[in-house]
Amino acid sequence: MTSRRNVIRVVLPQHLQTLARVGSEVALEVTGPATLGSLLDALEERYPVLRGTVRDHTTRKRRAFVRFFACEEDMSHEPSHTPLPAAVISGAEPFLIVGALAGG
Amino acid sequence: MSGVRVLVGTKKGAFVLTSDGKRAKWEISGPHFGGWEMYHIKGSPADPNRLYASQSTGWFGQQMQRSSDGGKTWEAVGNKFEYEGVAGTHQWYDGTPHPWEFKRVWHLEPSLTDPDVVYAGVEDAALFRTEDGGSTWQELPGLRNHGSGSKWTPGAGGLCLHTILIDPTNHDRIYIAISAAGAFRSDDGAKSWRPINQGLRSQYIPDPTAEVGHCVHRIAMHASRPNVLFMQKHWDVMRSDDAGESWREVSGNLPTDFGFVIDVNTHEPETIYVVPIKSDSEHYPPDGKLRVYRSRTGGNEWEPLTKGLPQSDCYVNVLRDAMSVDSLEPCGVYFGTSGGQVYASADAGDSWVPIVRDLPPVLSVEVQTLPRRGD
Repeated sequence: MTSRRNVIRVVLPQHLQTLARVGSEVALEVTGPATLGSLLDALEERYPVLRGTVRDHTTRKRRAFVRFFACEEDMSHEPSHTPLPAAVISGAEPFLIVGALAGG
Repeated sequence: MSGVRVLVGTKKGAFVLTSDGKRAKWEISGPHFGGWEMYHIKGSPADPNRLYASQSTGWFGQQMQRSSDGGKTWEAVGNKFEYEGVAGTHQWYDGTPHPWEFKRVWHLEPSLTDPDVVYAGVEDAALFRTEDGGSTWQELPGLRNHGSGSKWTPGAGGLCLHTILIDPTNHDRIYIAISAAGAFRSDDGAKSWRPINQGLRSQYIPDPTAEVGHCVHRIAMHASRPNVLFMQKHWDVMRSDDAGESWREVSGNLPTDFGFVIDVNTHEPETIYVVPIKSDSEHYPPDGKLRVYRSRTGGNEWEPLTKGLPQSDCYVNVLRDAMSVDSLEPCGVYFGTSGGQVYASADAGDSWVPIVRDLPPVLSVEVQTLPRRGD
């Protein structure tokens, strides 16, 4: 974990790209400890239209069919204070927000 | 020349169909919001270019979109729907208490006078309102908390508030309907509510004449006679002549009294339309024949309308928000199917043509009558 400013690459699923009117990857500046929760806070701060799409507005819980991957690990079930992997913090690897495979 | 704009919500996007007053040639735009379930799109009667659209998926939840140019461009507005106070519980399928959980917006009903005011009917059943063009939404908790809410049980499609009717002569009088709770009325601008289900009879609930628990699929009214209501219930087509105080069955000679949609001819308050659907659970037209039934007597006596509709091997459904009428002369009638067709009649139902086919399954159809094409 680090407390300096980090620029983290986040890959968004197609529908959230459309909503936020961005490309497949966005760069987010995270101030303070770079955790799962602070990254999602930064995402929602920068793109308010994404509030409620990744996490519930009120409970802040991950929506059921959204997954978080980083460095080939599934971070979906980690608590929000979990530090991001060093390779994500350094920008070498992206953090992936993924719409789970589910029919329809 | 006047024109019409048909707003079609489907399981995989929204489509906007426009035509001039002849309603013979159609231009189609879309899909808007491709891949998202578009439960309902509706325009403001006070400003026809102001549209609101409910957009959702199981993945990313609820979004709300607003257009100020008749659907050419859209902007995302507020998507936070929080129940007021302690949400409490309703009855689950197994009879146990189940916490109220917001799932999606089923129906949008813009104010008759203010383009920034919209009512939203949601699942799990509750009524919300925005007064700032959709930026923020507040629950009107008098409905959910009027007393019977803990007894409401979801239908197969969920515990959804799907119908909102505003009395055009008294905007404080509002009707709503919930599957499977029934019909409710407010006389004070949605502050307080009471069930209006007397006369409904539903064999699938323990007390067939209970005050709540009826699976109402749709209610319709004619603007000139807001005390007269027509209802398509799960089974039975019903009519009230006293603002819902009492109901009587008017299914008459329909081949099946199950269905979802019901609507009223714009120029003839006693002319109503339904699409009979076979049930239990088949949910397609009887005998593979897609027929709209029209009554010119306010119910009981029905005639099948078949010209232009498939009369063999047709097994589509027509969902509760998927019929609408325009206000041209003669009245145009429109409905969409689970097979992706939108059928239109420019002669009050006498004949039909598919104005688009092969869309994703249609969830909702709304029609706007415009002063001039493209306005």
